[in-house]
Amino acid sequence: MGVELFLQYIAAGVTYGIIYAIVAIGFNIIYNTTGIINFAQGEFVMLGSMIAISLHGVMPLLPSIVLASVVTMFIGALIEVLFIRWLKSPTVLRMIIITIGLSILIRELALSIWGEGVRALPYFTGNEVSSVEIGMIRISPQVLWVVGVCLFMVAVLQGFFHFTLLGRKMRACAANPVAARLCGINTKNMVTLSFMLSALIGAVAGCVVSPITYSQYNMGTGLAIKGFTVAILGGLGNSLAALGGGIVLGILESFSVWFMPSAYKDAISIAILLVILFVRPSGLFGSKERMALKEF
Amino acid sequence: MLRIINLESGYGSLRVIRGVSLHVNPGEIVTIIGANGAGKTTLLNTISGLIRATSGRIIFDSRDVTGLAAEKVVSLGCVLVPEGRQVFSTMTVKENLLLGACPRGKRAAGRADKDIERVYNIFPRLRERHNQLAGTLSGGEQQMLAIARALMSDPRLIMMDEPSMGLAPVIVREIFGIISRLRREGKTLLLVEQNARMALGISDRGYVLETGRIVLQGPSEDLLQNRDVQRAYLGRDLDAEIRL
Repeated sequence: MGVELFLQYIAAGVTYGIIYAIVAIGFNIIYNTTGIINFAQGEFVMLGSMIAISLHGVMPLLPSIVLASVVTMFIGALIEVLFIRWLKSPTVLRMIIITIGLSILIRELALSIWGEGVRALPYFTGNEVSSVEIGMIRISPQVLWVVGVCLFMVAVLQGFFHFTLLGRKMRACAANPVAARLCGINTKNMVTLSFMLSALIGAVAGCVVSPITYSQYNMGTGLAIKGFTVAILGGLGNSLAALGGGIVLGILESFSVWFMPSAYKDAISIAILLVILFVRPSGLFGSKERMALKEF
Repeated sequence: MLRIINLESGYGSLRVIRGVSLHVNPGEIVTIIGANGAGKTTLLNTISGLIRATSGRIIFDSRDVTGLAAEKVVSLGCVLVPEGRQVFSTMTVKENLLLGACPRGKRAAGRADKDIERVYNIFPRLRERHNQLAGTLSGGEQQMLAIARALMSDPRLIMMDEPSMGLAPVIVREIFGIISRLRREGKTLLLVEQNARMALGISDRGYVLETGRIVLQGPSEDLLQNRDVQRAYLGRDLDAEIRL
């Protein structure tokens, strides 16, 4: 394998890794405020891109992406208010089953609205064949969009959770919901907010990746599995670790095609998920100290 | 300041508090003592709004707060330091304190640094550890953090649930010293304690709770002298002493 090809594989791996990471961060946001895993996260990504594609028929690219993201955000809020908020004793298992059910429901609704067809948003700049040369590798300009937008979202979220009062309130709800209430925090609103936030970033991610990965009613399932693997791989609840975990998984996947049939690509992430859960449940970058302080 | 009238509450169909009436005057330290399972924690959780009362009334500052959500009660100036500290263990000491100021709303945001400085003066050890995760603090430090966090809401009434639980005697003395200091600074306190001797030692009045009912009340000195209280809660066997 030449150096060029090697770097090309790395670039492809990093791109996919960052896409997985952004889905993983969606998991992390809801996990961080509620302590549950929202298995409908992949569906937010699908909804964002499918809605944007439909809107793009009647308006320019940027407004359709913005509007689709906002609509998805409100769908996220609606889901929380309708299915999660009124639960009297939201145990972890119950929430997981509800979110899996919701993901099936959303997928089937999407199938009946948009059909089975594969669609895509146009490239933001350039087209399918244009490419940018960076050092020895050539990549599509859309890859730069994916990397740029996703890294930007990670940075903004980090700042939000660690340096704003609202972000800290959301983390407080995850750390100890009873104590959060005793500090005057309306925990139910924080949960709604976390669903809105993760729906929003999921939708934005869905829009920027659509030109590369294409969009279909069932694109969420695969992304959710990869995203979940990455969230666990990096260390549940930590956005920067998810980024690292995503890049690790993306690169592993990208090199796996080199020594085994590409049909096994998806098996890699499941295998990694299992190995991590057995060997190091706190994740590659998760500190044991932090993990020991969490109940799930 | 606080008046509770015929309060009943519990979990589901289980009635834990059965018609409790008590009051706390401004500037007082009042202690509730009782055995395990007497309903002390349930009583405080009901006052703070974590559990809904099934009947009776809770009046705080001549305002009926019965059935109000916990996050509303604390913003009125009635704060609970819960049993087992309940700090935000995955967040730093400073973040815990900032969150404590939430009940005061936007006004407090600008003053937060000054308020944190004030509680650091009461708890110098928290200042040293301000960037440490709260979950890595020792039990005594976590209790101090829980009290400090409650103080950040600038409460008028502070309720404390077993502040001495599981702490070394020297730390317990420190915590009780702080409780006395808070009263001197104009706070009103309602304590629930297993350590009856120390709690009654610093408080003005006391109530004895048994299986959800107040069975005895009075000035703390009187309760300390009371034979039943001594036998049940202060670990003195009077009959044995008389026989000697």
